[in-house]
Amino acid sequence: MSVAVQPVIEALTTRFPDIDFAPGPLLSRKKKEDEQICVRVPPDRLPAVMEFLREDDRCSFEQLCDLACVDYLNFPKARDRFAVVYALLSITKGHRLWVKCFVNDPNPEVPSVTGIWWGADWPEREVYDLFGIKFTGHPDLRRILTWDGFEAHPLRKDYPLQGRGERENFETVTRDSA
Amino acid sequence: MSAASSQTTPVVGEGFIATQLSYVVDLIRKHGVNWARKNSLWPLPFATACCGIELMATGASRYDIARFGAEAMRFTPRQCDLFICAGRVAIKMMPVLQRLYLQMAEPKWVISMGACASSGGVFDTYSVVQGIDQFVPVDVYVPGCPPRPETLLEGLMAIQRIVTNDGVKSSKERGRGLRITVGQSAQTHHGKEDIG
Repeated sequence: MSVAVQPVIEALTTRFPDIDFAPGPLLSRKKKEDEQICVRVPPDRLPAVMEFLREDDRCSFEQLCDLACVDYLNFPKARDRFAVVYALLSITKGHRLWVKCFVNDPNPEVPSVTGIWWGADWPEREVYDLFGIKFTGHPDLRRILTWDGFEAHPLRKDYPLQGRGERENFETVTRDSA
Repeated sequence: MSAASSQTTPVVGEGFIATQLSYVVDLIRKHGVNWARKNSLWPLPFATACCGIELMATGASRYDIARFGAEAMRFTPRQCDLFICAGRVAIKMMPVLQRLYLQMAEPKWVISMGACASSGGVFDTYSVVQGIDQFVPVDVYVPGCPPRPETLLEGLMAIQRIVTNDGVKSSKERGRGLRITVGQSAQTHHGKEDIG
């Protein structure tokens, strides 16, 4: 485990003793001190934990680098369907932390972190667009990449690559109408 | 004109003159107006992908689309009469393309440049249009991925052959679905097929 992020894990476990963070390396590396640490947070406790990670002096994660989602459908040994992944960076301390928040069908909902990091606005819209995960408390949760009227969430693993006929269903301009 | 006068006065001469006159007018139209029009096409470059790079190369000095009088590319549809769709078109982009086409003044022609614009190409996915001819009328398809500038120039010459024949008619009068691929003669296919 990275030495730099060790105080963060200790601060988290003392502040939230009821949560099983299960800290572990995101990827295993040869040099243990290069490994970046990932923690799990349940969706209902996410706003409190994120607020703590941003505000506490031992953590002070000022920046949300990225917000993405993973679909674990048919993944070996996967217990949950979706994971919303947050990449955090502390500019003052120089350490990083990854936070995973697991949610499931049929109603995947995660609290929005736009109140903590305003930069989460568009990434959350993208995850909503492509995976169909609703971010409760988001100020403007609309589709961002696909067009209005598109029904599906195309980055889900059970969505066919060629779509379900959406690309054919469109208005035609003919020479008579032009 | 009464029946008696038509019997006494032969109308053959008038009709002959009228036929000759319309023939001359047709000649002037075909070889005058259309000649001027085909050598002064104004393309609207709708470049969304790598075909746009080849389109730029066609416009540059080495291949020089100005040799065919089509160097005046304008970025507003109201000043153009040749729509060159160069690259794949996402479904979200389709209303934009259709609005550009509708805003162009008649007469107007459309070149579908490259595999993606003509058929979707390798992008056989949910968000990409599988051929813009599903949604807008297309005059000439230019094959290639991307087409070389010579191929695009051949497509432009196919447009010029169409203009020579019926340039002053609007595209509504010409009917829909002129399916001409580069390499085939514009004469043989012109006006005979009416594919929706």
